[in-house]
Amino acid sequence: MLSQESLKLIDVEVAKYPSDQKQSAVMAALRIAQQEKGWLARETIDAVASYLDMPAIAAFEVASFYNMYDLEPVGEHKITVCTNLPCALSGGVHAADYLKQKLGIEFNETTPDGKFTLKEGECMGACGDAPVLLHNNHKMCSWMTTEKIDQLLADLAK
Amino acid sequence: MSARNLILADLDGDRTWRLQDYLARGGYAALKKIIAESTPPADIIAEVKASVLRGRGGAGFPTGLKWSFMPRSFPGAKYLACNSDEGEPGTFKDRDILRYNPHSVIEGMIIAAYAMGCERGYNYIHGEIFEVYDRFEEALAEARAAGLLGDKILGSDFSFDLFAHHGYGAYICGEETALLESIEGKKGQPRFKPPFPASYGLYGKPTTINNTETFASVPFILRDGGETFLNYGKPNNGGTKLFSISGHVNRPGNYEIELGTPFSELLEMAGGMRGGRKLKGVIPGGSSSPVVPADIMMDCTMDYDSISKAGSMLGSGAVIVMDETTCMVRALERLSYFYFEESCGQCTPCREGTGWLYRVVHRIEHGLGRPDDLDLLNSVTTNIMGRTICALGDAASMPVQSFVKHFGDEFAYHIEHKTCLVPDDVQREGSKIYVGPSC
Amino acid sequence: MLEIEIDGKQLQVADGSTVMDAANQVGAYIPHFCYHKKLSIAANCRMCLVQVEKAPKPLPACATPVTNGMKVWTKSEAAVKAQKGVMEFLLINHPLDCPICDQGGECQLQDLAVGYGESKSRYQEEKRVVFNKNLGPLVATDMTRCIHCTRCVRFTQEIAGLMELGQAFRGEHSEIMPFVEKTVDSELSGNIIDLCPVGALTSKPFRFAARTWELARRKSVSPHDSLGSNLIVQVKHDVVKRVLPLENEAINECWLSDRDRFSYEGLNCASRLTKPMIRQGDSWQETDWQTALEFAATRLKAVVAAAGAEEFGALLASNATVEELYLAQKLVRGLGSDNVDFRLRQTDFSADAVSQGAPWLGMPVAEIADLNRLLVIGSFFRKDHPLLAQRVRQAAKRGLKVASIHPTADDWLLPVSARMQPKPSEMVAALAAVLKAVADAESKSVDAALTVLLPADMPAEAKAIADMLLSGRQSAIWLGNFAMQHAQAATLRRLAQEIASITGSSFGVIGDAANSVGGYLAGAVPATGGKNAAAMLSESLKSYVLLNVEPSLDSAAGERARAAVAGADFVVNLTAFNSPELRAISHVMLPVSPFTETSGTFVSCEGRAQSFVAVAKPQGDTRPAWKVLRVMGNLLSLDGFDYNDSEAVRADVLDITAFPVANLSNTLDGLTVSGSAASAGIERVADVPIYATDSIVRRAPALQRARDGAAPAAYLSAATMTSLGLNAGDAVEAKTEQGSARLVAKADDTVADGCVRIASAHETTAALGGLSAVVTLERV
Repeated sequence: MLSQESLKLIDVEVAKYPSDQKQSAVMAALRIAQQEKGWLARETIDAVASYLDMPAIAAFEVASFYNMYDLEPVGEHKITVCTNLPCALSGGVHAADYLKQKLGIEFNETTPDGKFTLKEGECMGACGDAPVLLHNNHKMCSWMTTEKIDQLLADLAK
Repeated sequence: MSARNLILADLDGDRTWRLQDYLARGGYAALKKIIAESTPPADIIAEVKASVLRGRGGAGFPTGLKWSFMPRSFPGAKYLACNSDEGEPGTFKDRDILRYNPHSVIEGMIIAAYAMGCERGYNYIHGEIFEVYDRFEEALAEARAAGLLGDKILGSDFSFDLFAHHGYGAYICGEETALLESIEGKKGQPRFKPPFPASYGLYGKPTTINNTETFASVPFILRDGGETFLNYGKPNNGGTKLFSISGHVNRPGNYEIELGTPFSELLEMAGGMRGGRKLKGVIPGGSSSPVVPADIMMDCTMDYDSISKAGSMLGSGAVIVMDETTCMVRALERLSYFYFEESCGQCTPCREGTGWLYRVVHRIEHGLGRPDDLDLLNSVTTNIMGRTICALGDAASMPVQSFVKHFGDEFAYHIEHKTCLVPDDVQREGSKIYVGPSC
Repeated sequence: MLEIEIDGKQLQVADGSTVMDAANQVGAYIPHFCYHKKLSIAANCRMCLVQVEKAPKPLPACATPVTNGMKVWTKSEAAVKAQKGVMEFLLINHPLDCPICDQGGECQLQDLAVGYGESKSRYQEEKRVVFNKNLGPLVATDMTRCIHCTRCVRFTQEIAGLMELGQAFRGEHSEIMPFVEKTVDSELSGNIIDLCPVGALTSKPFRFAARTWELARRKSVSPHDSLGSNLIVQVKHDVVKRVLPLENEAINECWLSDRDRFSYEGLNCASRLTKPMIRQGDSWQETDWQTALEFAATRLKAVVAAAGAEEFGALLASNATVEELYLAQKLVRGLGSDNVDFRLRQTDFSADAVSQGAPWLGMPVAEIADLNRLLVIGSFFRKDHPLLAQRVRQAAKRGLKVASIHPTADDWLLPVSARMQPKPSEMVAALAAVLKAVADAESKSVDAALTVLLPADMPAEAKAIADMLLSGRQSAIWLGNFAMQHAQAATLRRLAQEIASITGSSFGVIGDAANSVGGYLAGAVPATGGKNAAAMLSESLKSYVLLNVEPSLDSAAGERARAAVAGADFVVNLTAFNSPELRAISHVMLPVSPFTETSGTFVSCEGRAQSFVAVAKPQGDTRPAWKVLRVMGNLLSLDGFDYNDSEAVRADVLDITAFPVANLSNTLDGLTVSGSAASAGIERVADVPIYATDSIVRRAPALQRARDGAAPAAYLSAATMTSLGLNAGDAVEAKTEQGSARLVAKADDTVADGCVRIASAHETTAALGGLSAVVTLERV
């Protein structure tokens, strides 16, 4: 179900915790699985759960609790914009509006070509860098003026 | 000016996060001294107590006292956890500490583990700053390779290993027992206390949890003495503190200052008000601290006691500055939406109450307010506060109470006129606040 | 001890008590939803907030430990204000349509809303709607009503042993759910219906069948296993509508297995026999009791007179009452025969020669909590004894270590720290190895009669089990149903007795039915050389009396048992049900009451005699079997059938006030043991599936639709499957000396290599006969 590479990465995470606490690695394991598959289908969650010897519903609880896990398919590039108050005061909403207009989609939508999904994020802990957005969960883009958004979209479209 | 860099000292180089740079800045000197002199753990805790270092995560609990709660003679495993799950709107200091000075946190944790006899530690890092998580992993690898972590640290009998654990998008995991649940591979739902983590923590074992900045302050305290650290602040408010300034200022960012520095000076450091506009209100300690109107704020100094006297909290030192273009109903609506979104759903008042608060504020903002809505908001917040498992219920309520209290006229105007007191074009000038989908 | 004052009342409570414990002690009711005495503390509903001296905020009584000198007010203004505040939050998103809710009238939220709710809602926003979940055929959902107390989640994790439900998503979007398309398959699942304080989880079979206030509540005792769970049977117009647990801490605590809870559907099924019937040639005629009884008595007398009493015997259900069993054996003996038995699934009766009493658990069920070592021999423990396993599961959390010797390693949802998995034919050798290990370790000698069985060398697993037992402070050894039905059951029992004696363990037999103990006490076994069940079913007698027995499903012999009975000249069948099989083998069918329509007594595995009375009027012309047997005794002019009530019958058997009852014994001193016969070929391991144990359960439709009600298959380990050239999913023909069955091969690595697990007590496998036999499997 999961690739050997992913399982190897999960093993590294499992090793961080006491030997009788494999479940501790579930957050990292779900993240690794999502990186491989693009999103977390139910069978992917099931596979992670059985790899870690935990009930499937317990893994699903985790996957549905933390909002960086995608329980539905997303585009090749998921862009999450923070619109929380501090960011909004420094143009977070403008950035989101600009992205919506450029991509022609609203939050939680994917462009017809499957390239881009737009998400609204909550505080990313980088309010000083507003407007802030995340590319595919892990790459943070700071001070995203319209020019920088243009540049980012151009780079990603390549 | 009272800018004073202890944690962010000498971070001007290119790759300041590397072990060699940290060593060049005098890093790990405190740890080496402790190992070389076999300093008794009690002496370390005494030194931290002398510094009057107070928890930098928001609660301001004296760190030395917290460390002394750990059962020294407990036979089994004991754990140490660092709370780098910074997700309270306005807060972004720990990210910079981990980005530029990760070894200060590692050294602080090793010293803490030595003092409390912990065999293993975890640094819980906010999921959204994943690059910082990666960098912290690199720093851990460097420290391990240098014999600073792992078995028999620096050749002594003391062993301690430290690992990074990432969050993945849940504000509540910043609550220390939710954080422990999360490390255990569960939903981040806070635990009822007592028992406190010092007796029943990670995997049911005694555990101490401190904030990133708290740990980052420890090496200085052990190297230069608690007294020295205390003197950088003011009595009962020891040391320097990082303040994260966001919102309507010219230079948002982190500023390390001595506790007790006037707010006006801090505002000046941040480049003053954007566009020279007038200050309207400040949320001084992260989004859950009560908002303080401009006139009161300008008289405050930045320390636990002064901000508390002004009716708010220093919290994590996240200062959200709002100017006259801000519609306070919209601002509150956005914050209420945040708490509604982030409530873990475990206990009744918060699960049900945060949605109720958001919906009422949303209605007011959208011209559907009713005359008794402000009384209703106050009543609902009263029914939430103090009745939940963790502090999120209070955190969601305090902004509502304080916004309604200090900016009641704007709310009343909204209810009566079905529109904002601050005209839309003025709002746009200062960056309009958008609020998530209604539900 | 700690001093505490609650609402002005002073009391002392044990260290570690919570405010809720203390309040319960003085009878101060604190409103609550999530708190449950048998579950971990969640403190999430916040309904039990109380005022505590010096505490700045109200504290949850369920989670707040008592400190010495604490003062608590549960009904002060501050406390009630907090409680009312919580109640308002609980109600804002809860539908206020109690009249159409199945929980109406027995809803904790509804009850408490009367005291703590306002008459009108301040919440004017839209209410939350949550999609329902399919939890299977037993539990219905109405998830919009859920108040997120998580009792159900905690139950599956903590009591049932497997987390089948969770609270997914977060905040207001939280939902209680199973994983995707999964159902809740626990054999204890029905308890979440009782635990749910609102109408979110209700009984599917009972859905909208009656309102709680329309139901009469009557006490009874479960007939389905040897525990004797206490029941509240709820009846409307003499029809059983629902069964709930009657709390009894010493027996079932506050729980019921699904079998005990949902079997009542079988009582109301269409195949109930409600009129006496007489066979005339190949057709059956309904008749009145007098005609039927006179016909039965006259013909029986004639056949016995013609063929001799030794050609007459009685086969009795192991969940018949003590009174029924006693009168039935009395009737047999009155007619001059000693052919009587209720142990239809037993195959080795050599223990009878040396037995000194009824085999039983050897200890009170409540003392399981004190055990720290337990060896279970030959048992599908969790499915055979759901609530006993639950008790062991709880004890395991407190340090009880459990070992198993059994051909399958099915998941008991509790840690098994040592295990041997012999083939059925290797069971004796396995036990002998453990005996040698404990004897060697303790330097004790083994009874001379057993030394012949001791192996030369000893497998490591046997040593591990021995070490586990010997390291215990308080240990027990139990023989399960599989061991007692084994072809060398007596030898297994004798070996276990010896191991127990060397290790200082308590020793007992769990028993497979409600009256596994009571049948012995009633004398429903041969006493003077008469034929036991196996003998009566291997070759036809001339006449039989059957009491609630379906021979092909209730006996070890399967189809051959049916044929044996069918070969008789005359069969009187006392039965609650009608079926093609029963019609084919009987000559007269007398409709007798199931447990709900008669008074009677069961003696549980711990030697507890529990009497019960009828909870409903007998359906149609049905009569209690004890009365039918009494009248038959009279019609046959037998002495001692002049009972006026069932208590008088019982009094001839046992003293209801004694606990445990007299005449219990597990020892088999002097037994002639038999060694293992090595077998060639694949051995069958036959379980009696949880919803196939007796004629009532087999007719309960919802249970039959549950996962555990699935039709038998051929379960084999991957290695066995490979060795036979089979693949999972293959249709196979299983053959024994007796017959064959078509089954699907399924992979199951919990089955010992060289074995195939094929369930019995099912019409599709009845032709295979014997519970342990050599089986050949061929792909078809």
